[in-house]
Amino acid sequence: MRIGILALQGAVTPHLRLLERLGEAGVPVRRADELAACDGLIMPGGESSTMLNLIHHYGLWQPLADFAQARSVWGVCAGSILMASTVTHPTQESFGMIEATLRRNAYGRQNESFIACLPLRLPGQPPFDQECVFIRAPRVERWSPKALVLGEYDAHPIALRAGRHLLTTFHPELGSDTRLHEYFLTLCGAQAIEALA
Amino acid sequence: MDDKLRLKVGLAEMLKGGVIMDVVDADQAKIAEDAGATSVMALERVPSDIRRDGGVARMSDPAMIEKIMRTVNIPVMAKCRIGHFAEAQVLQALGVDYIDESEVLTPADDANHVDKFAFKTPFVCGAVNLGEALRRIGEGAALIRTKGEAGTGDVIEAVRHIRQITREIRTITQLSEMELMAEAKRLGAPYELVRYVHANGKLPVPNFAAGGVATPADASLLVQLGAEAVFVGSGIFKSDNPAKRAAAIVKAVTFYDKPEEVLAVSKGLGAPMLGIARNELAEEQKLAARGW
Repeated sequence: MRIGILALQGAVTPHLRLLERLGEAGVPVRRADELAACDGLIMPGGESSTMLNLIHHYGLWQPLADFAQARSVWGVCAGSILMASTVTHPTQESFGMIEATLRRNAYGRQNESFIACLPLRLPGQPPFDQECVFIRAPRVERWSPKALVLGEYDAHPIALRAGRHLLTTFHPELGSDTRLHEYFLTLCGAQAIEALA
Repeated sequence: MDDKLRLKVGLAEMLKGGVIMDVVDADQAKIAEDAGATSVMALERVPSDIRRDGGVARMSDPAMIEKIMRTVNIPVMAKCRIGHFAEAQVLQALGVDYIDESEVLTPADDANHVDKFAFKTPFVCGAVNLGEALRRIGEGAALIRTKGEAGTGDVIEAVRHIRQITREIRTITQLSEMELMAEAKRLGAPYELVRYVHANGKLPVPNFAAGGVATPADASLLVQLGAEAVFVGSGIFKSDNPAKRAAAIVKAVTFYDKPEEVLAVSKGLGAPMLGIARNELAEEQKLAARGW
């Protein structure tokens, strides 16, 4: 499978490294034609305002929105902010790929960044503990009842699946655990898309 | 790597592929954020003004840094003097996202740097070669940047430093295990970190470029030479059209390897900062020599 990583800015290489360990081809995506060749897309951590700026300048808004209509997208931290339907503190434009309200930097600044071991429940798998790295992380404040909450911290979802899309407010790519990447690959698979349709 | 250091390095990972801009007030910080900066460095005077004014350069007024922290939503960095751990404690108490123990300010200690493991706030430090980079990492720095020659608008020193560091990394990967102790001694670097470089062919923390960047092509050059992100100091707000130049440098870092994109953003930016060529500086005016 060909998984794109939106490579306008941010933590791109850690995803490439984990996908390589799973024997999958991760490809950096900076242009619409590179996006079209992908079976799924990861929007990585970084600065969401920087990414938005570049998305608009290089005409990627519509191609990304169209891509999400047909394929799976996984937003990590800044990427999850781009996927949200509403962004607060401050308000910011977002794609609405997942019906959820995200609050930027909700836990504080870098001194409040933290690592926690939290249980995740992925469909069809026994629950397991995932090391979750939160860096100036956003928080899911409201979410659709139709979305599947895969994990929580302090009564807020930290991982959400809605339809074919996935959102995590923490950084699995900064650890060595590949289970969320494996799960995203199953969402990108053709069968999974049909099953969800 | 322990969890505390992983969180510090984690933020540096998020800054990769981006531009960190020097700003002296909230208005400049907003311009930088709107242009696509991933972070701003809050300081009272950009390096070229520090050069012009002379005197002792110290940590900036916390009230000014705080105002910038309230204005933008991207991470805010601030500088302390080399070895001035009390300034660093103040910046940590203020809650900045990164502390730059910087040769641009007047050093406070001529033998020791700050023990950066003692802080929760991550540190970035400058280096001119691999030995210096590994000493700073050995003290707890979570991010390395080239020193370049700040405030000159002349990129030659940053190029020299990034080339030096990458060449020394390549050299270490070619050595045999039994040569590593002698190499550590030669570099003046912690042995365990030399072993890390030997095994992995890279620094254990991200490696950014800084010092003398004035144009989109300067930024592209440094990223092509191996820098993972770029700091721009005086180069933006000492130019004719800061907003336009800032936005152009951001795009040149994203498309560093696509000359047609660097070309597209290089047109009509107005005059860059005038600058001072390195050769015009007297030895005592060179900031890159600060750091031990």
